[in-house]
Amino acid sequence: MMKRSAFLKNTRGTGLLFGVLAVLLALAFTTLVLLLAKAPPLEAYRNILVGSLGSWGKISDVVVAWIPLLLATAGLLVTFTAGLWNIGVEGQIMIGAIFTTGVLRMLQDTGTPTGIVIVAGFLCGMIGGALWAALAGALKIYGGVNEIFSGLGLNFVATAVTLYLIFGPWKRPGVGSMSGTVPFPQDLWMPMVAGTRFSPWALVVGLVGIAVIFVLLQGTYFGLKLKAVGKNPRAAFVIGIPTARYTMAAFMICGIFAGLAGGVQVMAVYHRLIPSISSGYGFLGLMVAMLVNFQAAWAAPVAFFFAALNIGSIQLPIVLKLDSTLSGVLQGALVLSVILVDGLRRRWMRKGTGDRHG
Amino acid sequence: MDVELRNIHKSFGAVHANNGISMVVPEGTIQGILGENGAGKSTLMKILSGFIQCDSGEIVLGDRVVKIETPADAIRHGVGMLHQDPLDFPPMTVLDNFLIGHESGGIIPDRRTALKDFRQLSEEFGFSIDHEAYVDTLTVGERQQLEILRLLWLGARVLIMDEPTTGISALQKEKLFATLRKLAAQGMTVLFVSHKLEEVEELCSCILVMSKGKLVGTACPPYVTDDLVRMMFGKVVALDERVQTRRSNCVLRLEGLAIEDNRLNIQNVNLEINAGEVIGLAGMEGSGQRQFLRTLSGLMRPVGGKIVLLGENLTGKNYRSFVNAGISYVPAARLEEGLIPGLTLAEHFALLDRQQEFFINRERTEKTTREQIGHFFIKGTTESRIEELSGGNQQRALLALMREELKVVLVEHPTRGLDIESAIWIWSKLKERCKQGTSIVFISSDLEEILQYSDRVLVFFGGKVSEPIDAATTGVDQLGQLIGGKGW
Amino acid sequence: MDSAVLLTGLALVLATAAPVIFATVGETFSERAGVTNLSVNGTILLTAMSGFAAAYTTGSLLLGFLAGALIGALVAGIVAFASITLKQSQVAVGFVLTLMCRDLAYFLGNPFMGESGPRVPSMPIPLLSDIPVLGPLFFSQTPTVYASYLLIILGFLWIFKTRPGLMLQGVGERPAAAYVRGANVNRLRYFYTMLGGAMVGLAGPMYSLSEKAGWKGTLSGLDGIGWIALAITIFGGWNPLRAALGAYLFALLQWLGVALQPLMPNVPSQVLQVAPFPLMILTLLLVNLGNAEWVDRTLAGMPANTRRLVTKVLRSARTSPPASLGVPFENE
Repeated sequence: MMKRSAFLKNTRGTGLLFGVLAVLLALAFTTLVLLLAKAPPLEAYRNILVGSLGSWGKISDVVVAWIPLLLATAGLLVTFTAGLWNIGVEGQIMIGAIFTTGVLRMLQDTGTPTGIVIVAGFLCGMIGGALWAALAGALKIYGGVNEIFSGLGLNFVATAVTLYLIFGPWKRPGVGSMSGTVPFPQDLWMPMVAGTRFSPWALVVGLVGIAVIFVLLQGTYFGLKLKAVGKNPRAAFVIGIPTARYTMAAFMICGIFAGLAGGVQVMAVYHRLIPSISSGYGFLGLMVAMLVNFQAAWAAPVAFFFAALNIGSIQLPIVLKLDSTLSGVLQGALVLSVILVDGLRRRWMRKGTGDRHG
Repeated sequence: MDVELRNIHKSFGAVHANNGISMVVPEGTIQGILGENGAGKSTLMKILSGFIQCDSGEIVLGDRVVKIETPADAIRHGVGMLHQDPLDFPPMTVLDNFLIGHESGGIIPDRRTALKDFRQLSEEFGFSIDHEAYVDTLTVGERQQLEILRLLWLGARVLIMDEPTTGISALQKEKLFATLRKLAAQGMTVLFVSHKLEEVEELCSCILVMSKGKLVGTACPPYVTDDLVRMMFGKVVALDERVQTRRSNCVLRLEGLAIEDNRLNIQNVNLEINAGEVIGLAGMEGSGQRQFLRTLSGLMRPVGGKIVLLGENLTGKNYRSFVNAGISYVPAARLEEGLIPGLTLAEHFALLDRQQEFFINRERTEKTTREQIGHFFIKGTTESRIEELSGGNQQRALLALMREELKVVLVEHPTRGLDIESAIWIWSKLKERCKQGTSIVFISSDLEEILQYSDRVLVFFGGKVSEPIDAATTGVDQLGQLIGGKGW
Repeated sequence: MDSAVLLTGLALVLATAAPVIFATVGETFSERAGVTNLSVNGTILLTAMSGFAAAYTTGSLLLGFLAGALIGALVAGIVAFASITLKQSQVAVGFVLTLMCRDLAYFLGNPFMGESGPRVPSMPIPLLSDIPVLGPLFFSQTPTVYASYLLIILGFLWIFKTRPGLMLQGVGERPAAAYVRGANVNRLRYFYTMLGGAMVGLAGPMYSLSEKAGWKGTLSGLDGIGWIALAITIFGGWNPLRAALGAYLFALLQWLGVALQPLMPNVPSQVLQVAPFPLMILTLLLVNLGNAEWVDRTLAGMPANTRRLVTKVLRSARTSPPASLGVPFENE
């Protein structure tokens, strides 16, 4: 294993160089894909830029997408620290959203003050996410089922539950539709800046969330033990750390944050339950966490960038007749080229020092 | 075929593992290569067998300079190596292991010919291995025999044996030596690598001594042991005096302990371990001593019997209860089970801090780490990652990380892979613990170490456990016989 | 249900299992060599799209399948390069690729959405298809289904009966031991990863040119199948025969879900559609339970007879991966 810190000390310049190289590689690949689709690359990139940062309205849309993505990423940093691939985060967002919707439906006609309803909504969302994550955790700890598979399976189940609720018990009067459940009355929405979908309160939740995770992982014994479990579960156990408990805790903390993200989606963005309530932010959060090499400090800016790509590509189908999944291609290419370039750099370092053991 | 190495150099990072080594080994001889752990013997042999490549130097076989870049090249030139831990495929059958890599037959392996040759070779050397058995059911000695047969079948004319006597029984060792003598008589060139003086003296027609990556001397019979020791270590190393501890009150009591896993079945072990006592567990690898130690540590649960620590019945409790009760387990696989690669020394000490608040107390951690680094002479800083330390320093770190006030310390191979001075130092630290009343139970495959440091010894053989033997009145030969299954 | 319906249904099961078999056997080869290619799900989507696009544009089915195999091998090649040469995490690379390939498929497949293209025709085998029951069941299928039968048998024979296959087992089990037996470990790993990737890449066109002909973007219903294939690889214990059994069971359950739906009007269709996924989890639970530590501890506390019986049951269900799966090989 190569010493990352030593490398940074020695050659910060080359590190930057490789970073730029990775971005160029990703851009080159995406451009190639665009040419293959017979689309004008520059025009497409310009559209993404204008579509995301071209006006205050657009920027506020990016922030709206940034918040749940940031929350999901924050949770995933915990599971990654514990050495877990919590692919089930998508499902955890959905179940969180379902729990939030459920409690809002229960309270909406009772005259409960808005503040209390919203707090209850977040709490239940957190509980829902944590429970769904605990399922993957239990399967891993007590059944030896790899969390990638259980998480994936549970994602599909969560989608099915969402659809079932939208078309079944919670369907709109008359017939259920893909547009989701009946929207909540406006007094149950999180307070928003007029004329936008941006809620400052949601932003506070997101920023506090990532800050809490940063402190938890960097400064506490809990975070250190989690790191030990992630790097070597066998030794961590022998040393006396209750690894099962820590693994479960990591899953549930991630679930709590995913549930929060689900709550934000319901109470601050869509104001109802829709089939694609998670908006893919779980998977996107996995990519962000990978891209920042599981370091909490960088999560916020990178998540913002990814959110901007998502929002910017929304109008591609209308303007250029391109599918909006271009943002996914670009994000994937970015993560992939960072992994590849990082590998090349390490290989180059090994060759350079002749030190094969690192 | 004569083997000649000319000016071989090999470095791993800053470590010069082979520094200008030249040697000639004539055909039909058994050449001993002696040196302590880390002297560079294995590296040199791996270069000759193509497992790794040298930075510079030449290999001459017969009268031709050859290029050996892979094991495949080496085999083609007739060089075969038996690695310290036999490199075979445990979940596959003996016959499959025998024929994988052999070029005979088309796409379908010619099992009939392979079996015929296998039987013929087995007969010639008096080995009896069931060709249908799975390799993971064989003893280390049998796996070696299989490897020897395989290399012979591939047409090896130079045979390299790397520490072949580790983990095999006395009986198998005799057989191995007979086999090697016979092969040499048939014209095989044998390179026998070992750190055990008596073995090379007994077997080899000439001895080369290596130390710190260099060739430091040669010796021919009759051997003078003191000279060899001086060449190996640069000086004569005196072992500690045997210190017999007083036997006093019982700390750990085992009553009718029974252990079972998918291979072994250990029945009815009764033992009382006293405060400050050292118990050595001897036996070939896989005889049950590891399972026994892991059961005492709480990692495995016994299927019957009781484990009682100072009157408290720990049977069936989880590992953490054992840890909290004052039992500490020090595994042999340091980087796999004992330490956490990627974390620094300071982080290790923080992990084991007894008074943890919510936030990490960096000052206290820093202070403890400094103190312990000084106390245990660990070559490294508080910010050194554990995997950057040498094996000896990792072992020191493991000991430094052990809590104070322990009742029982369970150690697997406390000095494996360490140079002799580190080994002596490690034991002095362990003995300090004993003086404070801590009992030690340890596994070692080094009989000298067992007899040197234990008060009593338990011998394991195929899941059977001997009555405790008094180490003071027992000799290496006697112990060796028991380990090999004689005299039960 | 009368016997004719049953027969048609079972024939359909064999047909729908065919692509899954290709993906699973492909992954089995890759993992036998020690490389987990987690990109299967994305690869199937991407190759389904590109196979369809190639066949649609050129009118040649063969080119469609060729495109699929090539792209599958290419994606696997990236996994191999990143993990073998660059020693990066196989899981990370595979996962990113699985997401990226999916998005690529949807992005590049946009112009082909809903078009109708060529389709592999059914080709009953003369004589064999006339055998009662067995004929219509096995031998009145498309060539791709026949290919899946062949792949099971050849895959099994290759891994367990041939010399290169034994070496393949060795490479995944203990690469150092394979190396001293003359194998070029990393080259073999590249080869089998890309070969496996090509097989996975054939699964895509088998859907888009045969089983679920056409490209319908996110509505193609292919998202998730790759993950099932990965789970079946584990269930199959890295043995093509047992893996095929898993694939057939999966297809059977899928068909039963559809066939039995009219009998259960109260169960919403979404529930039956996702039924394979909880089943996948349960199956993995079954094959992994014997590896869990608490099971060992609990067993140790049981009376001897119960313990031996339970151990036996667990062990017969358990599968264990090649010992060096996911571990990079370095010869020093």
